Amino acid sequence: MSDRLLVSTRKGLFTVSRRSGSWSVEAVDFLADNVSLALHDPRDGTLYAALDHGHFGVKLHRKTEHSWEEIAAPVYPPKPDGVEENDMWGRPLPWSTVRVWALVAGGGQEPGTIWCGTIPGGLFRSRDRGATWEMMRSLWDHPLRKQWMGGGADLPGLHSICVDPRNSDQVTVAVSTGGLWFTRDGGETWEQRGAGMRAEHVPPELTQDPIAQDVHCLAQCKSQPDRMWVQHHNGIFISDDAGRTFREITGVEPSAFGFGVVVHPTDPDTAWFVPEIKDEKRIPAGGKLVVTRTRDGGQSFDVLTKGLPQQHAYDIVYRHALALDPSGERLAIGSTTGGLWISEDQGDNWLCVSHTLPPIYAVQFAS
Amino acid sequence: MATVAFTPNIQRHVACPETEAEGDTVGEVLDRVFDGNPRARSYVLDDQGALRRHMIIFVDGIAITDRNKLSDPVGKQSRVFVFQALSGG
Repeated sequence: MSDRLLVSTRKGLFTVSRRSGSWSVEAVDFLADNVSLALHDPRDGTLYAALDHGHFGVKLHRKTEHSWEEIAAPVYPPKPDGVEENDMWGRPLPWSTVRVWALVAGGGQEPGTIWCGTIPGGLFRSRDRGATWEMMRSLWDHPLRKQWMGGGADLPGLHSICVDPRNSDQVTVAVSTGGLWFTRDGGETWEQRGAGMRAEHVPPELTQDPIAQDVHCLAQCKSQPDRMWVQHHNGIFISDDAGRTFREITGVEPSAFGFGVVVHPTDPDTAWFVPEIKDEKRIPAGGKLVVTRTRDGGQSFDVLTKGLPQQHAYDIVYRHALALDPSGERLAIGSTTGGLWISEDQGDNWLCVSHTLPPIYAVQFAS
Repeated sequence: MATVAFTPNIQRHVACPETEAEGDTVGEVLDRVFDGNPRARSYVLDDQGALRRHMIIFVDGIAITDRNKLSDPVGKQSRVFVFQALSGG
């Protein structure tokens, strides 16, 4: 089980560790800087951190041994002269990294490979632990990519990257909004997936269109990768054919709206979510912060509350701020109001590590 | 040669000492500076080589107008200042 947690916040990267049965902040890196995401690469132990310096742009740092060093950040290719491309609001779409929204280690057979998803939608891959990055032009130049749209983040963003444990060339990514995209050949070609999802917030003729789906988070079961879970803008969906088709999970209480989802590594029927009332009312129902858990593939859900605030809690848990450790036993959630909770028993009981951290963007367990 | 100075706020991330550089335009002058300080480039310019949003460059006290191509002229004795707005909470 993992005894260390990386907590990416608006004011730095906090490392939380378990000592003598309790969790506490052990180290803070990049204090006062906006750390949007961090990655612990389980293959070699390397840490990566994405910093958003605002005026000075997005940067990546890598930690080996004891020190951090700035490494290359993904850079969009030169926009060809004469190409005019506007976002859904009529403003020029920037061909520039606005935010790093996904950092994922490649497969076990390709050490050093890192995937990076960004706003406004570019997908990048590094083969050398972040020293250099290659944009997946095959996806960026796909004619349907121009139909991707922003939503809450104004610009489209690629936030989920699932590398198939059976074959590292098979990668599924998710875009908000733009649905699911799959490559079977390491990024040479891409196809849209995600039939069966349903979008409430688009005109009726687009409701079933896979590209109109606002996937908030995609999770793939490590031991049974054909099983995928999606936390969608208006519901929860499940797939048993690696994302080709989905069916909706209905009747989820207190709500099927949320951002994150994690799935147990060996039990594809067990998954966790953090619900909020609804898209236009993004607060926990009744001011009670809860985690929902299904153990039967979505037929029923446990509402987990022990140790979580049940009065006047207005914490939002972003899509990367719900984490499961590799054992499938320990969970962590970090909130927009600086709350951090850890469970050591699959969510039955929660320990509050802090409720005074900066706004939390992401949490990830590290060995 | 023009003199180029950077906002103190950038120094926390990447050292950008005041320096002199040749060039007839802001873009040319900055290219010379960044040739010797490559890390600094992405802190000032975006992926397309345009001035980052909220960054501003003054040449002899006048804000440049071409933020994309950086074609504003620079004289031999010009002073170029690279600044940014401060915001957030």
